[in-house]
Amino acid sequence: MSGHDEEWGEHDDAAPGDEHAGGSGFGAIQVYALGLLLAVGLTVASFWLASSGLVWGPGIPAALLALAVAQIGVHLVFFLHLTSGPENTNNTLALAFGVMIVLLVVVGSVWIMAHLNQNMMPMDQLMKMQR
Amino acid sequence: MSQTSTPSDVASVYLQHGPYGSGHDPHGHGHAEARGHGAGGPAPRRVIVGYGFWIFLLSDIVMFSGFFAAYAVLAHATAGGPTGRQLFDLNRVAIETACLLLSSFTCGLGYVAATRRRQIETQFWMLVTGLLGLVFVILEALEFYEMIQHGAGPDRSAFLSAFFALVGCHGLHVTVGGLWLGTMMAQIWFKGFRPQIMRRLLCFNLFWHALDIIWVALFTIVYLLGAGA
Repeated sequence: MSGHDEEWGEHDDAAPGDEHAGGSGFGAIQVYALGLLLAVGLTVASFWLASSGLVWGPGIPAALLALAVAQIGVHLVFFLHLTSGPENTNNTLALAFGVMIVLLVVVGSVWIMAHLNQNMMPMDQLMKMQR
Repeated sequence: MSQTSTPSDVASVYLQHGPYGSGHDPHGHGHAEARGHGAGGPAPRRVIVGYGFWIFLLSDIVMFSGFFAAYAVLAHATAGGPTGRQLFDLNRVAIETACLLLSSFTCGLGYVAATRRRQIETQFWMLVTGLLGLVFVILEALEFYEMIQHGAGPDRSAFLSAFFALVGCHGLHVTVGGLWLGTMMAQIWFKGFRPQIMRRLLCFNLFWHALDIIWVALFTIVYLLGAGA
């Protein structure tokens, strides 16, 4: 099984998505099942939150975003087997860089465009000027 | 001139001795006492391929963030046309979400079966994954069709342009992922669990899970916030 060892052999780095032997004490399928359970719970919570009037209206977007971030975390940990261990340093750092770029693009766009919108002449006045 | 090494010198040394200079074992096993953290030789191919695909996925997510930003900016620019609240059917979105989440789970089960070299089990879970993905794509196509029929196509308003670009791009990813899934099933069936095939399966697994992660952001920001606003 030398070919097998070369492929899966002992090395201190883990490929993204690889599960680690002896890490959590759970079997591979149990980890997926636990992840599914948590993800279903969070999904049901977000759909219920959006349709029921139980939460104060202006607080709903923040609550939904928090649930989404939590669910993305569940997916990363239980489906993609991302850990904070040293064998995952490269994968985690790459992810952190990606998250930074995503936040810069999304938050930056929303921020700048909201300011531009505020400084722009209202649309009906703009139409009047063009006439 | 003789003191400085030209790029071609460096390249020839690299080609002869590899990135870690002479004295390195050619098989990439590394020295037993100095593994990990860049020391002791290159990582196994499986780690290198997986990491490269991970970088691709992150750049794909960065591309999606551009569509998300466009949607967030244009979400209220309905130009007097229909709003998200009038258009979105949360029941259908809930079924789509369930399909994609379950397919992510069955994809993982298929991968576990593949690492245990069980042909039939692997094929079964991958087939279930593909069928769930197909239901998702059909539901989304139906939604697009109905919206366009009701005059709410991508040409109606900036909001709908951004909506079709974002959701359509994700749907396209799922469609391409489905084609990849079919290819992987055929390759596993005919070629078996070779290391090369297992690396591709690892990449496919990462791709399919990443699609589900994007869908979580999508159903929250587009559908749930849109239907509530």
